[in-house]
Amino acid sequence: MADTAIAAPAQRVRRRKYGSMSRDRTWALRWSYFFLTLFVIFFLLPPVYMLITSLKTSAEISTAANPWWVFNPTLENYRELVTSPQYLGYFRNSVLVSVIVVAVTMLISVPAAFALSRMKFWGSATLATGVFLTYLVPDTLLFIPLFKMFATFADWTGIQLINRWYVLLIVYPTLTVPFCTWIMIGYFASIPKELDEAALIDGAGWLQTLTKVFIPVALPGLIAATIFAFTVSWAQFLYPLAFTTSTEQLVLPVGIITSLIKGDVFNWGQIMTGALLGAAPPLIIYAFLMDYYIAGLTAGATKG
Amino acid sequence: MVDATLSQVEVARPAGKRSSLRRTIERKSTIAFFMALPLIVLITLLVVYPALYSMHLATLNKSMERFVGFGNFLFLFKRETFWKVVQQSCIFAITAVVFKAIIGFVVAHFVHNIPAKGQRKWRGMLLVPWVIPPAMSCLAWLWLFDPSYSAFNWVLGHLGIGPIPWTGDAHWARFSVILVNIWIGAPFFMIMYLAALKSVPDQLYEAAAIDGANWWQRTCYITLPMMRNIIAITALFSLIVTFANFDIVQILTAGGPIDMTHVFATWSFRLGIQGNDIPLGAAVSLFMVPILAVAAIFILRDITRRGSEV
Repeated sequence: MADTAIAAPAQRVRRRKYGSMSRDRTWALRWSYFFLTLFVIFFLLPPVYMLITSLKTSAEISTAANPWWVFNPTLENYRELVTSPQYLGYFRNSVLVSVIVVAVTMLISVPAAFALSRMKFWGSATLATGVFLTYLVPDTLLFIPLFKMFATFADWTGIQLINRWYVLLIVYPTLTVPFCTWIMIGYFASIPKELDEAALIDGAGWLQTLTKVFIPVALPGLIAATIFAFTVSWAQFLYPLAFTTSTEQLVLPVGIITSLIKGDVFNWGQIMTGALLGAAPPLIIYAFLMDYYIAGLTAGATKG
Repeated sequence: MVDATLSQVEVARPAGKRSSLRRTIERKSTIAFFMALPLIVLITLLVVYPALYSMHLATLNKSMERFVGFGNFLFLFKRETFWKVVQQSCIFAITAVVFKAIIGFVVAHFVHNIPAKGQRKWRGMLLVPWVIPPAMSCLAWLWLFDPSYSAFNWVLGHLGIGPIPWTGDAHWARFSVILVNIWIGAPFFMIMYLAALKSVPDQLYEAAAIDGANWWQRTCYITLPMMRNIIAITALFSLIVTFANFDIVQILTAGGPIDMTHVFATWSFRLGIQGNDIPLGAAVSLFMVPILAVAAIFILRDITRRGSEV
C-alpha cells in the first residue's frame, strides 16, 4: 500500500534531484550538526551553569556582572563542603543506602528472574506479569500508606522506622527489584536452552547452573541492572523527604535541599557545589559504562 | 536446531525413569518457588498491601478512627483546589509527553543522520539530563529561574526583553515546570527512538530512494509505521512517570503560586505528610490510579502480544 502511494510522485521528483544527491546530503549533514549543537547547548546548560556557579564566591554571585562567566574562580565552596561533617554525613548515608540496596536488589531479583525464566512453577507466568505491573506502580502512590504502615509498626513492636536512614533500605527495593527482575528475565530468556541442558547433563544443580552458567553469560544484563538499581536509589527524592527529617538521617538530595537553604537565605554557590558533587557518582558511572547504561534503559520497554 | 536437540534429549529418557523424572520436576518447582519467595514477599508486603491499604485509608476520617466512606472524595470534589490540581496534572502530563516525544524524535533523527563513528559522542552528551538525579538538576533550574539573579533574565535583559517571572507568575510557573520536565525526559525518548531507528532495515529506505520518495514520504511511510510500537510504548511509559511526577514540581514551585502548579503527587504530599491528614492525602493520590491503570493495560497488551509473536 505504501509503495503505490510513494510511486506516484516519484517520476516527477527523480529527474530534478538526480545531480544534487551528494550536495543534498552534505547540507543535511550540516543542518544535523547545527541542530544537534543547539540541542546539546539546551541539554547541557543547567549542569554547566551548576559548575560555573560552584566556582564563584557569594560576593560575586550577588553582583550584577555577567552570570555566565567566572571572574574570580575559587574552590572555596568545594573545600567548605568536603570538610563539612554535615555534608559528609549526607554523602555517607547516600552511599550506604545505595550500596546496600543494590546488593539486596541483586540477591532478590537474580534468583527470582532465574526461577521465573527457566524453572516454571505454579503461577510463575502470572508472577512475571505481576512483577512488570509493580514496576509501573509509582512511588507517589505508595508513600502515604507506607508512612502509616511504619507508624503502626512502631506502635506494635516499639521499633521506630520513621526518621531513620535504614527505613530507606526497606522501601527502595520496591523501586529497584521489579525492574531488575524484569530485565534479568529478559536476559536469561535470551540464553540458549542448550547451555543449561548441558550443565544439567554434566551434573550441575540448579544453583550451580545459575552461578556458573547464567550469571557469567548474562553479565552485561547484570551490570545494566546494577547500574539501574544504583542510580534509582541514589536519585530517589520522595521517600527520604517523607520518611526522614533529622539532619543526621538525611540522604544527599534531601539534605542539600533542606539544610543548605537556611530560612530564606540561599547560598547558591554552595547549593550548586553540593548538587554537582551529588550528581557526580551517577555521571561518573555513566561516563565509563555508557553502553550498559543505555542497554538497561532500552531493555525496560523492549525486552520481553 | 534447538528443538531437534531438545527432542533428542527427551527421547533419550525412556519411560522407566518416569517416577524419578517426576520427582525432579517436583523438586525443581519447589526450589524455583523458594528462589522467587523473597520477591513475592517484597511485592506483597510493600507494594500490593500498601496499594490496597491506601484505599482503606482514604475512607477514614482525619484522626483515622472513624469510617467515613466516600466522605473524603466528596470533600475533595467540593474544593476548588482539587479541580485545579486535576486540570494542572493533565496539562502537565500531556503537554510534557507530547513535547518530549517530538523533541526525542527530532533529535534521534539528527543523531541517526550523522556518521556512525561520531554518534556515540553526541548521544553521550544528549543523555546527560537523564543521568543527573532530578532533584539535583531541578536545583540548577531553580537557580536559573531565580527571581532576582536569573541568568536567563540577564541574557533576555540584554536583548531588551523584560524580566520573566519564571516561577513567580502562575502561568509562567506552569510553563517552567513543563519545560524542566521536557528537559529531563526528552533524552529518554531520544535513546528509545534511536534504537528503533537503527532497527529499521536499510533496504526499505533504499527501495524508497529508488522509487524517488522524498524525506517526508520516507518518514511517513517507512519510519513512523516501523517505529509505531516503540513510539506508543515509550509515550505510555513516560505518561505514567510524568503523571506521577513529584520531584520537579516540589523543588521548583512546591505547588505555588496559589496552588496553580500542584499535581496529584505534590498535593497529596502537602495534605498527607505536611498537613498530617493521611486519609485525605491517600484519597488524592488514588486519583492517579485510573490513568496509570489504563496506560498499564495498554503497555501490558503490547508486551504480551509481542511475547506471543516471538
